[in-house]
Amino acid sequence: MSARRSGPAGAPGGGPGSARDEILARMRTALEGASPAPAVPREYRRALDAGTDVVAMLVDRLVDYKANVHRGAAAIEDALAGARRVAVPADLPAEWRRGGAEFVEDRGLTVEELDGVDAVLTGCAAAVAVSGTIMLDAGEVQGRRALTLVPDHHVVVVRRDQIWGHLAEALPHLDPRAPQTWISGPSATSDIELQRVEGVHGPRRLDVVILD
Amino acid sequence: MSTDIVPAASLIPADAPFPKAAKVALGMPQLRANLAHATGTIRGKRAKVAAELDDWEQLRDTAAAIKATVQRRLPELAVEFEKHATAAGATVHWARDAKEANEIAARLVREAGADEVVKVKSMATQEIELNEHFEAQGLKAFETDLAELIVQLAEDRPSHILVPAIHYNRTQIRDIFDQRMGDAPAGLTDDPAALAEAARLHLRRRFLSAKVAVSGANFAVAETGSLVVVESEGNGRMCLTMPETLISIVGIEKLLPSFADLEVFMQLLPRSSTGERMNPYTSVWTGAREGDGPRDVHVILLDNGRTTVLADETGRQALSCIRCSACLNVCPVYERTGGHAYGHVYPGPIGAILAPQLEPGRHDDLPYASSLCGACYEVCPVKINIPEVLVHLRQQGPHEAGERAAMGAAEAVMSRPRLWRAALRAARIGSMPWRRKGFLGRLPFPGSKWTVSRDLPVPPKESFRDWWKERER
Repeated sequence: MSARRSGPAGAPGGGPGSARDEILARMRTALEGASPAPAVPREYRRALDAGTDVVAMLVDRLVDYKANVHRGAAAIEDALAGARRVAVPADLPAEWRRGGAEFVEDRGLTVEELDGVDAVLTGCAAAVAVSGTIMLDAGEVQGRRALTLVPDHHVVVVRRDQIWGHLAEALPHLDPRAPQTWISGPSATSDIELQRVEGVHGPRRLDVVILD
Repeated sequence: MSTDIVPAASLIPADAPFPKAAKVALGMPQLRANLAHATGTIRGKRAKVAAELDDWEQLRDTAAAIKATVQRRLPELAVEFEKHATAAGATVHWARDAKEANEIAARLVREAGADEVVKVKSMATQEIELNEHFEAQGLKAFETDLAELIVQLAEDRPSHILVPAIHYNRTQIRDIFDQRMGDAPAGLTDDPAALAEAARLHLRRRFLSAKVAVSGANFAVAETGSLVVVESEGNGRMCLTMPETLISIVGIEKLLPSFADLEVFMQLLPRSSTGERMNPYTSVWTGAREGDGPRDVHVILLDNGRTTVLADETGRQALSCIRCSACLNVCPVYERTGGHAYGHVYPGPIGAILAPQLEPGRHDDLPYASSLCGACYEVCPVKINIPEVLVHLRQQGPHEAGERAAMGAAEAVMSRPRLWRAALRAARIGSMPWRRKGFLGRLPFPGSKWTVSRDLPVPPKESFRDWWKERER
């Protein structure tokens, strides 16, 4: 589509008189004689203090934002308690498929099918302790975005080696060009009198299983 | 027991000068109570989570410098973004102004075979009045953010950047849902959890069947061609994931050089805006991805006055704004008047420096909607020196004949020592009857222009010059 070089106003691409060229020209004119950009200081923290118990911190922050936390693969069954049909990415390891639920692999499930399951079980790409954030980047054991969005209950498994103290440590472990979702607690809103209420459009229940 | 819904925006004239509109807002006790409660709550949350980081000031310094760099490198970064987004399968459009952006968006919706869209909360689309344009074109835009939904159902206008319905309390919101939603559950209470549940039910079918979504973006990463949307409810994820076509309207100032810069901004933004360590959901996407999310991905890069702001060496720092709204929440003026009185989509301190620059000549009164107390500068996560820009814009704006005459006279007197001494003496003697009261509440015209909204302190018994002379002796 980007090959379209002419056409109606606002069609993508450049060329004389195009919006693109005019905006770029306006920018250059505006910046004529501007003072140079300052050097960017990088004095901020990029890691937590050595010796910080990042697992304990992650648990604390997850609980603070009303996520349920479990430890060990055996706890996946507890996290899935009550769910009869559980959607999973096709590459989810067999040892995570625990309990009596029926595991439905996502091989192009329709929206209605996704809406019909009781829970979804996935892994993640990274987790950040200081903010209680679980990060997905559509990589291994994570599936596509709709899979972890439509079901009302998300159970996510975090390996110990995926837990980072600080955001700056976790970011290099994400694929920047892949679709990402960073999750910090279940869906919430503060739109009514600035009071935080959990549970709007995303999964209303978030269970995190930490594999030590 | 429910009452009639009267949108606040219908009472506060949008086109009136700020002092007049503010006076109307100040006369609405429920509005003031709602605002004081909400801004007070959020101020406390922000202060607590900002204090958790021992490198908060260093983060602000870095963010300010990154944004200043982006402004200087804007042409090259915009082209870099376009290149990478296009390579990843997105189509990048450029819009000189609101009209052009709206026309592109409307055309894309029709090309997708749709006549309605779901929307993620976006200041850019409010700024260009996309919903109104769509309606005129026979297209319908459904707001999906809870606060935007409240405002849309109430046929009101947003009054806050982050929480557009900040001027409504829970009971008023219950009434709006009850009367306007159509499918509100019977016996709906004003419990915020019940209200959120009602919104979930109301929008779910629409999300799962929407063909086209319209969003803005919090950040656009030049290095990768990625867009970032920061949200809480999951309505953003729904809009960005479920439809086949996604149209994102992004102000050119939203660019960041690299993906790693998010390590700075994603610490500052959530803590400054909602007072959370991290917002519940952040979505990052780069073009289109086979089998995951929208197949037809469009980005409209929007100028709409931004390059004019860029040309002003002092004023361009307003383009660093990441729309966190921390400055609104600490502003003593905003807290009392609310957003509608500003008559622009960007209210509060940031609006007072952005609106007059984006629309030159239309909001010259806004730089005066401030006491210059500087609280906004202190909380700004990207360190925009708002008081500095306010004073700069006051100097540049028009000054009425009376003010010019008064300043001219003052200059003439103050630059002549003998005249100045005589004037001080005259003021001292003339104000003697009010000495015990300590201030002058009302002066005759033209002094009344000053005293109509301020008291004038009585000149001291002895001037500094006289005191100094006496001391020297």
